[in-house]
Amino acid sequence: MQATRFLRTAVLTLAMGVSAVVQAADITGAGATFPYPIYAKWADAYKKETGNGLNYQSIGSGGGIKQIKAQTVTFGASDAPLKAEELTANNLVQWPMVMGGIVPVVDLDGITPGELTLDGPTLAKIFLGDIKTWDDPAIKKLNPSVTLPSAAIAVVHRSDGSGTTFNFTDYLSKVSADWKSKVGENTSVEWPAGIGAKGNEGVANNVMQTKASIGYVEFAYAKQNKLTYTKLVNKEGKTVEPTMEAFQAAAANADWTHAPGFYQILTDQPGAASWPITAATFILMQNKPQDPAAAKEALQFFAWAYAKGGKMAEDLDYIPMPDNVVALVKKTWAADIKGGDGKPLMN
Amino acid sequence: MADFAIDDYPMQLENAKRARVFGRFRLSDRTFHGCTFFAVLIVLALLGGVIAALVYGSVPAFRALGLRFFVTQGWNPVTERFGALASVYGTLMTSLIAMLIAVPVGIGSAIFLTELCPQFLRRPIGIAIELLAAIPSIIYGLWGFFIFAPFMQDYVQPGLIALFAKVPLLSTVFAGPPARNSVLTAGFVLAIMVLPFITSISRDVFQTVPTVLKEAGYGLGCTTWEVMRNIVLPYTGAGVIGGIMLGLGRALGETMAVTFIIGNVPRISGSLLAAGTTISSSIANEFTEAVGDIYTSALIELGLILFVITFVVLAISRLMLLRIEQKKGI
Repeated sequence: MQATRFLRTAVLTLAMGVSAVVQAADITGAGATFPYPIYAKWADAYKKETGNGLNYQSIGSGGGIKQIKAQTVTFGASDAPLKAEELTANNLVQWPMVMGGIVPVVDLDGITPGELTLDGPTLAKIFLGDIKTWDDPAIKKLNPSVTLPSAAIAVVHRSDGSGTTFNFTDYLSKVSADWKSKVGENTSVEWPAGIGAKGNEGVANNVMQTKASIGYVEFAYAKQNKLTYTKLVNKEGKTVEPTMEAFQAAAANADWTHAPGFYQILTDQPGAASWPITAATFILMQNKPQDPAAAKEALQFFAWAYAKGGKMAEDLDYIPMPDNVVALVKKTWAADIKGGDGKPLMN
Repeated sequence: MADFAIDDYPMQLENAKRARVFGRFRLSDRTFHGCTFFAVLIVLALLGGVIAALVYGSVPAFRALGLRFFVTQGWNPVTERFGALASVYGTLMTSLIAMLIAVPVGIGSAIFLTELCPQFLRRPIGIAIELLAAIPSIIYGLWGFFIFAPFMQDYVQPGLIALFAKVPLLSTVFAGPPARNSVLTAGFVLAIMVLPFITSISRDVFQTVPTVLKEAGYGLGCTTWEVMRNIVLPYTGAGVIGGIMLGLGRALGETMAVTFIIGNVPRISGSLLAAGTTISSSIANEFTEAVGDIYTSALIELGLILFVITFVVLAISRLMLLRIEQKKGI
């Protein structure tokens, strides 16, 4: 009796834990969890419009990369881009599909969203554990008009591997030599301070529940949960608020033309209006797909998403790619993805 | 002769029929034997397959990290230097705390339910305890995170810190500050999760003790404690240990609830109030986005270690059962 009950509980938990699958035929994709909501929404709208379905499994970036290398899916999706050499070695083509913003969030009595300002080096020192209290001179200097408590800073980071962590640690590596040498950047790192929580929702909840805490989440989570996000000082020394415009500015100001395989991480980009921790999520496809028909179908879906998916993306607090980047992506499709006859699949 | 022939004929018929029936019996027996044997083969093949897959998956990490993996505690995906020690420590420590709490409470409540509880209360209390086992672990995780962890942080941990501040060793074990996510809190929640296993199995086996034995004990003037200690517990030792081991198995492997409250920091701390991690929560946290062969393989190797730990626990429990039975001379 006990055993069956336990089994049933286990199966139930497992069933709830397994990520949902977009039901449809033909185009199959797998990978990153971060863009899953928008890919699912696009797939749904696309199916209604064209009758063609898309099956996207959010199994994680690592799994997505493995599956596209093994050619078991039409496309893979990854939050961290692959380097140009790795793309060539595996006959892959890569491009950015949609973006998100990452914001530091805090829980401090009497501080409202956007009231506190931080800069890169200070943020790095906080996450390194070098700055231990909120009334540290470095924070005070950035916020002369804010009364800061002397409470100890409770750092919250992601415990699971994620594209959010990849982009956040990439930013800290760019702005702090100390961070780069001691920790580095990856989807998951050895955190010098704080506690780990699973998923954006885990970090958000831990920050909300813990006084004097700081964490980092996708902008969508900060906005929907009304978390106290901070402003950041960007590369040009300007203080910016996390807004759609600031994220798009970062993408538009990034130098995509000189980035082979679109290997471009959108953190710490130039531009007075750029939000410093902006992140793109990437699609991977074979340059000579085994099933050209399915690959063409997939490319048509992506073209449709670029053309008509912008509003849907914004509704879910994702940021559509700027037009100049989309034009570059389409050029890459025409040049690099070919059918069995050597002709490009998309013109 | 003719008579014989007439008599013989149905005899032969009878024998042939009988042979046929027996043949059928034999056939069905063999089929049954074959089917059950096949079922056993499937289980064994699965077990062998799991072991083989875990070992095969661990090879890249073992090649890259060697024995260092088992004796170091860093967990750095950037430099691909991994050590299992912190996860192993967290797994064993949370389970130890859970068992320290759940075993006495579980057996105690089972004794109360079978011996001392008024008849009309037995069923409702028993059902209530069994219901604890039916709650999905994710619910324990949420409850632990939102309700229990703040309670521990605000009331229990400050008390423990103050209480043991002047005791030499224990002041390190309970070194502050009070934290929401801690090994101690995770152990407490695990204790609640394994409690129903221990209670309901102990209660079931206590009920198998023949009434005449207990009555004989009471007849000799034994107290309830003496009856439990000298008659019921020795009689049911194997079953009770089985229940404890089932609970321990769950505690070692529990993933979701622990992930919520342990803090997920792969570092060994002298204090139980610090954050930690367990093998299963590390795997659940990191597997999906583990990019790179060594990283993935290191996680699989962690899984192999958990497998071995569980196996050793089972083996020890078998050994204990064997010794108890030998002592009883059965």
